[in-house]
Amino acid sequence: MKKLSILFFLALAILFSSGIASAEMLQIKGSDTLINLVQRLAEVYMQKNPGKEIAITGGGSGTGIAALINKKCDIANASRGMQQKEVASANAVGVNPTRIAVAMDGLSVIVNGNNKVAQLTVDQLGKIFRGEVRNWSELGGANMPITLYGRQSNSGTYVFFMEEVLKGDYSSKMKQMNGNAQIVEAIKADPSGISYVGVGYVKKADGVAVVMVARNANSVYASPLNAADVDNGVYPIARPLNQYVDGTPTGDVKDFLTFELSPEGQAIVEEEGFFPLPKEYQDFNKKAGL
Amino acid sequence: MNKRKFQDKLIEYIFMLNGVIVVAALIAIFLLLLKNALPAFKEIRVVEFLFSARWNPTSYYEETYGILAMVVSTFMVTIGALVIAIPLGIGTAAYLSDVASPRVREIAKPVVEILAGIPSVVIGFLGIVLVGPAIAKLTGQYNGLNAINGSVLLAIMALPTIVSLSEDALSSVPKVFGEASLALGANPWQTLLRVKIPAASSGILAACMLGMGRAIGETMTVLMATGNAPAMPAALTDSIRTMTATVAIELGEVAYDTTHYYALFAIGLVLFVITFVINMISDIVLQNYKKKTSY
Repeated sequence: MKKLSILFFLALAILFSSGIASAEMLQIKGSDTLINLVQRLAEVYMQKNPGKEIAITGGGSGTGIAALINKKCDIANASRGMQQKEVASANAVGVNPTRIAVAMDGLSVIVNGNNKVAQLTVDQLGKIFRGEVRNWSELGGANMPITLYGRQSNSGTYVFFMEEVLKGDYSSKMKQMNGNAQIVEAIKADPSGISYVGVGYVKKADGVAVVMVARNANSVYASPLNAADVDNGVYPIARPLNQYVDGTPTGDVKDFLTFELSPEGQAIVEEEGFFPLPKEYQDFNKKAGL
Repeated sequence: MNKRKFQDKLIEYIFMLNGVIVVAALIAIFLLLLKNALPAFKEIRVVEFLFSARWNPTSYYEETYGILAMVVSTFMVTIGALVIAIPLGIGTAAYLSDVASPRVREIAKPVVEILAGIPSVVIGFLGIVLVGPAIAKLTGQYNGLNAINGSVLLAIMALPTIVSLSEDALSSVPKVFGEASLALGANPWQTLLRVKIPAASSGILAACMLGMGRAIGETMTVLMATGNAPAMPAALTDSIRTMTATVAIELGEVAYDTTHYYALFAIGLVLFVITFVINMISDIVLQNYKKKTSY
């Protein structure tokens, strides 16, 4: 009996101590595209500020936004903007999402390293992913079927690509992969594959080729690896990577966001393969007091 | 004496309480599923839900909720797994119980059972890096994220259950059965095939059913290895998306109290009904068989 009661109190103690720890810890959740970047930012931040703790989990932009609405995290990473119905359901439970842009991403279209097709227009990409163009020979490549790889519907990249490029539904034959890293691995292995990932995932990847993309047949083809083209909008599928918080950021949340947007934070953004924020979005963030 | 009676009663009640808790948990889960699934049918027609193959709750145009492709995918990968696992499993069980020396059996059986302890993510990872590429090569496809890959992996996961329980069933066949058969002039092979396996068949059937239950409900492995394309599969080399994978992928991001949320619970309900029916059928088969062959 004595043993039992000791066990009981021990369990209680563990429960409480973990409760206290999680109360102090900043919870960040969401986009798979942002996870490595924010992880790195948090590591450097925690080194500089001993005692501050940040926990980061992925799951996709949709998952992060759902967590923010359900008050399960402090910051939601999102590679897309929040949808109107998401804002509405957030407001309904008293959450007022504020958007902060933290980095620029040139959403990169990737194919296997042996694929000869090196440039595509946005219109062609739409046809490919809607399942209307099904063979590489139609695009000047080898005679083999196109295998589509994409993200799952909880991904902000999935939604962004659907709205900006497809303007329609994905082919139901598209394989739905669980994150950017898995996509890169799949494209490395599949000579017939095509997919899209955040630019931070292609800079260090061997065996995959980044396709140059043009807005339409008459405009120039640009690479997402070129910072200038991503910043000035020549690359057609560039996007800001966002973080959402509840209300105006204060305290630890504000402290961390300020670090992310500082020159030091933006240098880490570049190290991780993404691009620093252009002036347009720096001004946008000032409205949130950052 | 009185104290002893009290103790007996107490223990009786404790056991009864255990039983009641298990049954209550089952009923509670069923009711929870029902409560969360039924609102889906305010906006989705039942016929469309069950017999349409278009599942796209995040569509650019109009949300569609049809689970037929997933049901077909689930059965495709499960049956594929059983086709591989049952012959292999019964063969292994027969070897372990009848052919192997006691020393080999003592080592081999626990090893097979350890296979059951490998986490499903690890098996899924194997599917991505090892089984998938091998299947791609063998079938001349460009990639191996398809139903065959899922079947092979699920077979690996169902094997320990089938081997272990079948071996138990074969070992518990009364010794006299085998001895009588041998005494009548049958060789060991005939004895195994015509006497022991039929005598143990209820146990073997139960083992296969449990293996099937393991395969049909498995989530992580198929999620990682089969590509998850929502299209209706036409061949074993097509990428598939099972019911469990759909729930696992989409439940994390779905907003509470939406049609999509309820529809995911409706998938869970369908899965529950399917496993319930499978268990019931195997129970009835077992009962009938026991009556015929009671000894």
